[in-house]
Amino acid sequence: MTMVLNHPGIADADHNADALKRQGSRERRVLASLTLPGAILIFLVLILPIGWLFWLSFFGPSGEPTLENYTRMLKPIYVRTFISTFEVAGLVTLVCVLLGYPVAYLLSQLSERTAGLLMIFVVLPFWTSVLVRTYAWLVLLQRTGLVNTWLIDAGVISTPLPLVHNMLGTVIGMVHVMLPFLILPLYASMRAIDSVYMRAAANCGATPSQAFRQVFLPMSLPGLAAGVALVFVLCLGFFVTPALLGGGRVAMWAMQIANNISVYGNWGAASALGVVLLVVTGIILYVFKRLFRVDSFEGVR
Amino acid sequence: MPGRVEIRNIRKAYGSFLALDDVSLDIAPGEFLTLLGPSGSGKTTLLNVLAGFVRPDSGSITIDGAEFLLLPPHKRNLGMVFQNYALFPHMSVRRNVGYPLRLRGVSGAELDRRVEEALGLVQMAHLADRGVNALSGGQRQRVALARAIVFEPSILLMDEPLSALDKKLREHMQLELKRLHDRLGTTTVYVTHDQREALTLSDRIAVVNGGKIVQLGTPDEIYDRPKNKFVADFIGETRFLPVETGASGALLYGRPLRTRDDWKGATGEKPWLVIRPERLRWKGDESQTANRIEAETTDIIYQGDSYLITVRMPDGAELDLRRGPDLGGKDLPERGQPIQLWLDREHTILVADKS
Ligand SMILES: Nc1ncnc2c1ncn2[C@@H]1O[C@H](COP(=O)(O)OP(=O)(O)O)[C@@H](O)[C@H]1O
Ligand SMILES: [Mg+2]
Repeated sequence: MTMVLNHPGIADADHNADALKRQGSRERRVLASLTLPGAILIFLVLILPIGWLFWLSFFGPSGEPTLENYTRMLKPIYVRTFISTFEVAGLVTLVCVLLGYPVAYLLSQLSERTAGLLMIFVVLPFWTSVLVRTYAWLVLLQRTGLVNTWLIDAGVISTPLPLVHNMLGTVIGMVHVMLPFLILPLYASMRAIDSVYMRAAANCGATPSQAFRQVFLPMSLPGLAAGVALVFVLCLGFFVTPALLGGGRVAMWAMQIANNISVYGNWGAASALGVVLLVVTGIILYVFKRLFRVDSFEGVR
Repeated sequence: MPGRVEIRNIRKAYGSFLALDDVSLDIAPGEFLTLLGPSGSGKTTLLNVLAGFVRPDSGSITIDGAEFLLLPPHKRNLGMVFQNYALFPHMSVRRNVGYPLRLRGVSGAELDRRVEEALGLVQMAHLADRGVNALSGGQRQRVALARAIVFEPSILLMDEPLSALDKKLREHMQLELKRLHDRLGTTTVYVTHDQREALTLSDRIAVVNGGKIVQLGTPDEIYDRPKNKFVADFIGETRFLPVETGASGALLYGRPLRTRDDWKGATGEKPWLVIRPERLRWKGDESQTANRIEAETTDIIYQGDSYLITVRMPDGAELDLRRGPDLGGKDLPERGQPIQLWLDREHTILVADKS
């Protein structure tokens, strides 16, 4: 006797195949329609303006197609601005790392509750506008500002120090704005480092400082890289703070863009500068991602 | 031979909670000692006191006669395998294993040779250049073990090292651990909540409960002569039956019970008969009244390698008994039929609720 295992109504293996396929494609359509509003928004506020910018950058002031907007950037004034933008961004990032790493480390070693409370002081600056904070620094740092007045009254100095309208003032102001962007991702990645690794290092014979340098520091690098990339890239496009605190002595790429529009009304030139900034930023982010992939721990010797 | 550990009166409180309550323990050189107990009993705390990660409130630990408790963790020179291995994710297998050696100033060919040797002992030499994230659980386990033994510590600590592995691999690794211990002879303090693992691996077992060592002994002492109901219950597939004590001795459902040791419980303590299903005899002398249990079969379930037989005692209590397919020449009982079981005197043990 042969056993029939099939259900009596089932004739072949394709049973229900069409219905299942229809169900699958309907599900995909529903999912796609759910993402549609977001996609449209991104297209309207992001892709379209950038495309427009890109398009504009190939036209001269009187509307004629030209590459002049790009070739112009080889002039010394632009090259100098380009280099100085990177210098300022690099310096600010460096100071942020030096100040932010110890803070993030301290916060990561405290109990979650205490750290949460102290974190308020880190994110507090986010609650005020950059413009207000920058003017506040002006009040503090100018020749007749609080810092200089106090120092003179205390007899430490006799003439006011040039604290603002120069590179120093710019860096102070920018570091203040940027510090949370470094601390937040760094803190998150340090929190994720289980204390058992430090115990394991101690058990292997590492002194606390060896354990920190050889285990904690390398394990915190991905978070540091994320913070550094964020701060550096934000610095490259920074406008308000260097414009107000730099006193015209600190040339930033973003200020060139503003000049091209407000002084010369040259939208094409401004667009080209914007495109270059965007491309350079993209390249930097890509390189960082390649260098510090979180999963790049694999196979590292 | 080095590696003698003396733990004296270690006390550790977290607030008003006593995690370690006056723990004292001697560990002989080369011994494999297991701390066995339920979760939260203080095993990890005791191991961390040994490793230097938890500072006790009072007590003393000497190793080979020298006070050890005040040394910082990095000067203790103990090998340790952590529960989740704690391999450094930014180092390859080779660098992980070499790390303790490099910290001790070993370098060059000597470093390579000793790393190679340690990896060979755990059969991981072929994966030396892998990143640790590319390893399976069992492989990580082996690397963690290699890192703990590479600097030839006189004492090895392991905190539930196999608990993250699946059953089959765990049983395999138990045998490998045992073989490795036989070969290296390192004094080992091992933590587990798995009683079978403890029985398999240990020279001696310290059963821990509520921050105290409730019984210390060889696996057969712990299994065959449990000191109290907690130990008897925690180890093995144990059932308990209530026992009466009268002028004529112990009584089980009115029948005399001849026990291996006389009942010495304090007044008010209630004795329980410890039933290890595999110690019950299914065939015996029907005229013998002592140490005989009469019950009724209520259920029989076939489970492949064994039968699970449920019996109902005269007082209505039910017992699940596991039996191999061979019932000692007796037919399988049928549901609803009376059944007779015998206990040898040497396996008739009474325990109190507390001791
Ligand atoms: N840092 C701590 N603070 C408060 N209680 C703790 C701390 N560490 C452990 N305990 C408590 O001590 C007891 C023993 O913990 P542990 O040694 O980890 O147990 P085991 O390893 O046997 O499961 C537990 O009840 C645990 O909650
Ligand atoms: Mg534990």
